[in-house]
Amino acid sequence: MGDVVVLAAEFELHAEPAIGIAAIAWLIPLLPLVGFVVLTFAGRGLGRRAGWLATATSSGSFVVAVGVVAQLWATHEQARTLLTAGYTWIEVGALRLTTHLLIDPLSAVMILVVTGVGSLIHLYSIGYMQGDERQGRYFAYLNLFLFSMLLLVLGANFVVLFVGWELVGLCSYLLIGFWFEEMPNAVAAKKAMVVNRIGDASFAVGLLLIFAEFGSLDFAEVLPAASDVLGEGGAATAIALLLLGGAVGKSAQIPLYVWLPDAMAGPTPVSALIHAATMVTAGVYMIARASPIYVLSELALVVVASIGVATALLAALIAIQQDDIKKVLAYSTVSQLGYMFVGVGVGAFGAGIFHLVTHAFFKGLLFLVAGSVMHAMADRTNMWRMGGLWRIMPITFWTGVVAVLTISGIPPLSGFFSKDHILAAAYEEGSTAIWAVGLVTAALTGLYMGRWLFVTFLGPKRWDAPPAGPAGDDPHTAADTEAASAAAEGTRPTEDAHAELRPHESPPVMTVPLVALAVLAAIGGVLGPTKEGPLEHWLESSVAHLPPRGGATALSEPVLIVLSLIAGLAGLGLAYVLYLRPPRRRDPVAANLGNIALAMRRGFWVDQLYDRVFVRAGGAWSRFLVWFDVTVVDGAVDGMGRFSLDTASTLRGIQTGLLRSYLAGLVLGTAALIGVFLVGAL
Amino acid sequence: MPIGYYLVVAGLLFSIGSVGVLTRRNAIVLLMCVELMLNAVNLTLVAASRLWGAADGQVVAFFVIVVAAAEVVIGLALVVNLFWRRGTLDIDVASLLKG
Repeated sequence: MGDVVVLAAEFELHAEPAIGIAAIAWLIPLLPLVGFVVLTFAGRGLGRRAGWLATATSSGSFVVAVGVVAQLWATHEQARTLLTAGYTWIEVGALRLTTHLLIDPLSAVMILVVTGVGSLIHLYSIGYMQGDERQGRYFAYLNLFLFSMLLLVLGANFVVLFVGWELVGLCSYLLIGFWFEEMPNAVAAKKAMVVNRIGDASFAVGLLLIFAEFGSLDFAEVLPAASDVLGEGGAATAIALLLLGGAVGKSAQIPLYVWLPDAMAGPTPVSALIHAATMVTAGVYMIARASPIYVLSELALVVVASIGVATALLAALIAIQQDDIKKVLAYSTVSQLGYMFVGVGVGAFGAGIFHLVTHAFFKGLLFLVAGSVMHAMADRTNMWRMGGLWRIMPITFWTGVVAVLTISGIPPLSGFFSKDHILAAAYEEGSTAIWAVGLVTAALTGLYMGRWLFVTFLGPKRWDAPPAGPAGDDPHTAADTEAASAAAEGTRPTEDAHAELRPHESPPVMTVPLVALAVLAAIGGVLGPTKEGPLEHWLESSVAHLPPRGGATALSEPVLIVLSLIAGLAGLGLAYVLYLRPPRRRDPVAANLGNIALAMRRGFWVDQLYDRVFVRAGGAWSRFLVWFDVTVVDGAVDGMGRFSLDTASTLRGIQTGLLRSYLAGLVLGTAALIGVFLVGAL
Repeated sequence: MPIGYYLVVAGLLFSIGSVGVLTRRNAIVLLMCVELMLNAVNLTLVAASRLWGAADGQVVAFFVIVVAAAEVVIGLALVVNLFWRRGTLDIDVASLLKG
């Protein structure tokens, strides 16, 4: 930090009133809200039509969003920031909040991703949730989520963003616990809620600090003024770190990532939409949105990138030893979100958002593939009890192949470009350590995704194998009764575990979204074939920029590209050797690495650590407070009453009821007064 | 006759009255003792009036007599009520308001 760094100061945000299609951009969040209201009150009787209604509203939003973005595309670069009509929501003293929606290149990207991927997953859900008793409620929640997420990305001030932020958290809670009849599902929902509260508290304090410094919470007033108001002092660092606290909660980064793997308790399309494609990327979006503040604090950026890379590595290590096909994807999501944090942490906000977009495609796709598999396998999730599915469900398999190759960074699929941009940005910014760890993580990504693909779809059929761990009887399974570990097979209460398995390809309503997302994941790279690609150029006016700094230059860009390609291929190759040739019935890693593999399998016991340190300490503190309340606070109040009673019962002895004793008192008192008078007179 | 004699007699009357009030339980005796005390005071007032040659003390004495008459009326009414309700004149029986 010592040397003087000239940080970017030029950031402008001139919003103009929206015209044309953008003038009806408020329809984008409104349609899903209407869907939510209708489905809440009338969803019960609609049955399967509820899904079609929800899909219609989200598709409608998508159509409007496409129109808005097309109009933005045709507009001059300098005039792409628009405000829709709105009204004053809150006006108290200096605080004035409006409900205007901000449409700029950044929010345009987000609304396209949210409504586009969201609509596909709505469509898929129609097939996945078929026959569920509470379909109406499910689609109502899904529409509510879409509304909340759109509010989050379209809000023109921090408070509307925060409202959306909290609402998506609520939807996440409702949908994780959708099958609340199963205790682990309800526990997982509660855990997600509680862990997110920690981050949200930090976020809220950050908002207060912004208001204290700027006297406003409007993006248009805060962001352009950031460098003038905050300078390079501690205030920028404080605000940036407090906002980061919210982001690590919502985007599942160290130390608050623990809720996301358990969030797989929800229906799989929910995992795809909320816990992979959209909601968990809100933290990345928020940092990109607040980038003019972040670029003022080098410390905050270093913290963001460090948390990101540490999370990416840790989650990738854990993912290698998960057997639940959804858990692998969950830790993979945590890991990929770590990449996005690295991107925004090294000042490559465009690259971070690019990875957000491609991740929405390929991770959404991966979860839908997993859901399709579970649909075929009677909601079974242990990959060691699958195998040989590729002939039975070819569409699911081949779209899964596309997704796995994409996430592993194989060109020309989109994940290759977005991941490479982040790693190259980290390297060129001078963070060689972060780049190196990121590269290792890229290899690990290939390994765990290869394992996921090979064990689930290829090799021999293991459907009827006993439900043992891959290393034979796992002696730790019985002992490990932590709710967190036991949580979340994402099972429906109606599942009949002993039903005869008849794997089959999913219906078209599910495979169409698979194919659509596979195409997007494959060709998404056209958004940013180079670092000055269309997407990053498009975002330039929305995010702040760090001035180019003399970072490491030992390796030229082609070398970096080849290195990250080698990393991805090495990971996939290792997975091939370990899991496909020869085909395995058990995990050779678990068998040979012993305790290291066990540590990965148990997530390095982080859940148990948190349980010991925070949950129990919190419980002890609460019990102390209860004691304090009962003994000291209540004691003081009760003590007052008891004092009055005791005093009164002592004094009432005087009141004998005997007339003569009162008279005696009268006489004696008079005599005493006379005595005093006489003594005084002497 | 010097004023001292009157005062001594008045003091004796007052003491007899107050001791009677404190020691006796019969309500009527109690009223009579109160009368004794009042008359002791009256005696003092009249004696003092005579000593100073002013009528004030005698006027006050008349007031006391009138008030005492009214007091006896109320007192006897209470005594009659006490007797009807409790069948006794013992004032210690009327102790419902004890703490």
